[in-house]
Amino acid sequence: MPDNIIVDTASRIFADLCEPATINAAEEGTWPAALWTALEESGLPLTWVPDTLGGAGAEMTDGFAVMRAAGRAAAPLPLVETLIAGWLLAQANIEAPAGPMTIAPVYADGNLRLESGELRGRSRSVPFARNTRHIAVLTTQGGKPVVALVATDGLAINQATSLAGEPRDTVSFDGATAIASGPADALTLAGIVQLGAAARAQQMAGALEHILDQSVQWSLDRVQFGRPIAKFQAVQHNLAALAGEVAAAGAAADAAGEAIAQHGVGHDITSAEVAIAKVRVGEAASTGAAIAHQVHGAMGFTYEHSLHHATRRLWAWREEFGNESHWSLQLGRMVAARGADELWPMLTQGS
Amino acid sequence: MAYNFHFDPVDLPPECKELRKEVRSFLRQEIASGGFNPNSGKGTFSKEFARKVGAKGWIGMTWPKQYGGHERTHLERYVVIEEMLAHRAPNRSYATADRQSGPMILKYGQEEIRKTILPKIASGDLCFCIGLSEPNSGSDVFAASTRATKTDGGWLVNGRKIWTSNAHNADYMIALLRTSAKTKENHRHGLTQFLIDCKSKGITIRPIINLTGQHDFNEIFFDDVFVPDVNMIGEVDNAWKQASDELAYERSGPDRWLETFASLEALVQRAGPSPSDSLAEGIGREVAHLATLRRMSASVAGMLQAGKTPGVEAAVVKDLGTNWEQALPNKVRLMAPPTGDSDPDVNDDRFEQALRHTTLIAPKLTIQGGTREVLRGIIARGLGLR
Repeated sequence: MPDNIIVDTASRIFADLCEPATINAAEEGTWPAALWTALEESGLPLTWVPDTLGGAGAEMTDGFAVMRAAGRAAAPLPLVETLIAGWLLAQANIEAPAGPMTIAPVYADGNLRLESGELRGRSRSVPFARNTRHIAVLTTQGGKPVVALVATDGLAINQATSLAGEPRDTVSFDGATAIASGPADALTLAGIVQLGAAARAQQMAGALEHILDQSVQWSLDRVQFGRPIAKFQAVQHNLAALAGEVAAAGAAADAAGEAIAQHGVGHDITSAEVAIAKVRVGEAASTGAAIAHQVHGAMGFTYEHSLHHATRRLWAWREEFGNESHWSLQLGRMVAARGADELWPMLTQGS
Repeated sequence: MAYNFHFDPVDLPPECKELRKEVRSFLRQEIASGGFNPNSGKGTFSKEFARKVGAKGWIGMTWPKQYGGHERTHLERYVVIEEMLAHRAPNRSYATADRQSGPMILKYGQEEIRKTILPKIASGDLCFCIGLSEPNSGSDVFAASTRATKTDGGWLVNGRKIWTSNAHNADYMIALLRTSAKTKENHRHGLTQFLIDCKSKGITIRPIINLTGQHDFNEIFFDDVFVPDVNMIGEVDNAWKQASDELAYERSGPDRWLETFASLEALVQRAGPSPSDSLAEGIGREVAHLATLRRMSASVAGMLQAGKTPGVEAAVVKDLGTNWEQALPNKVRLMAPPTGDSDPDVNDDRFEQALRHTTLIAPKLTIQGGTREVLRGIIARGLGLR
């Protein structure tokens, strides 16, 4: 069970310092300094770093719960990425530095190499690269996986954004030196992508919770034909369908988080649970965002109304770290390889 | 907050894992010895099978031992039901009694009835049907008009019930009957539940064949059928109070998402170990839905066990589950490799048979046990919209 104090702290900070104006300003390029400072002071960005390496030493499930809260708040900064970077560095026994971090590569065909202390290669769509002080990279040295800590300062960054207006920069690592590095034999890019997928699943589950709340409230407030639109059966049924997607997304995201906590990244059971989660939550994101917009009518289609803070992120996050098609394919191959007689046993394994 | 959905992690204790192995072993043994055929596509009625299951202690699992139950947990019961459904075991003769009728009698029946009826359900000896719908009252349950009129020592029943599954096989019915008129203050007032012996004089059962060609539905005519006082279940005129949350939770079980599983299983069989990417992707997508439904359903069972009341969660699982299982056969059809002369004869083609059966039953899945429309209204109420 996630530690409630950790989640409550995160939620309180978001409630106080992550308002729609902050999110819009971030899209304009204003770094949400007060929000980051408050998060850093609470120790949240280092939730996945063991206390021996300067972190909070909390459970994996605590980190996932923080990610859910961040998704619910549409927090426009690399809290999630810093958590993952801290975890990545810890795999190679590297102490996590202060400040915002991100990770690279984020694609399974990533191709960074460490040669004579210098990095080579380029990574695309690095989340919030321009806002970070450090980047934790999974690279190879002599063909073996190595984790390296790189300072962002001085790197060649080509700025770009996701459709949610968040930074997704191309970073060239050519000639960059590693501040620290260490072997991480058990790690693969596939493992990073798996962890990233589980993270995005939590963020999407949080955003879905938020748009359900917003949509219910909107329908109770908006009066047409002499009554709140919540009283119309068509609207009630749409919101009931949205509720179903929200419930399914939360359950699936949590199952993936628990699998990582229990079996670790890269385990067979984890691979299946993450695939399940990323597929199911991705579908929920698509269906859910559409319903929320339909309920909100024209007002929800404006920039001024905050609905798009969540829905644009849902549309962006469902594509990151593998979309529904990618993970459906992985899962389907797993199922087919085991055969029809093993389908039911696979669904009930471990429980 | 609209509604804070929460699904506890599924952490089945060791005794559940052991039980699952036991049930699976029993079912495999039954299949191997010809006790039943999971691919027959028809809901076989078998009291013989029911008695075997009863002898294992797998009916009335959570009921008190004094009534023939076994005082086991909701999770253990969940595991048994899940395995039975996944293997398409012939539970048709006892499932209704185990899921609804028994718990209703346990909670609201008179002691004499509890002592005589419940042990016989648990042993697999009794089959129950539910006398609820009438020609003019389906979703509108409280429009029921079949009457029970007071007489010496009991009641006389007159009227009709329809869509009564399995009535032709049932020993008993629990019927919702009108004992008083509705009132202005409470339009749900005036209905009472009764236990009715299906062999009573005055009962006529007329079969209604469904579009699969099966005899499952019936229409029932009551002509001055006598029902003794002791058979009243709950308070007179107050049946509306007995639509309790507790019983509603049972409705989010595996029977809400496993009814068309055979089509997916048959597709995986047909796909072989190295299917095309598009087929693998399609299979993976459906497995993701199924696994999530299972997680939610098992979670609700666990929350019940822990004494929680996951009302909206249960309704949501039922809505998601029935919609998914209904859409599945058509998706399977479209994903499947095309058939041709190199395939087995149609009658021997397991995939074709599974697909046909699940396609034909699909429409009923969002109608039986409460329509999608009513269910979504319940969810909407849970969200605070009504």
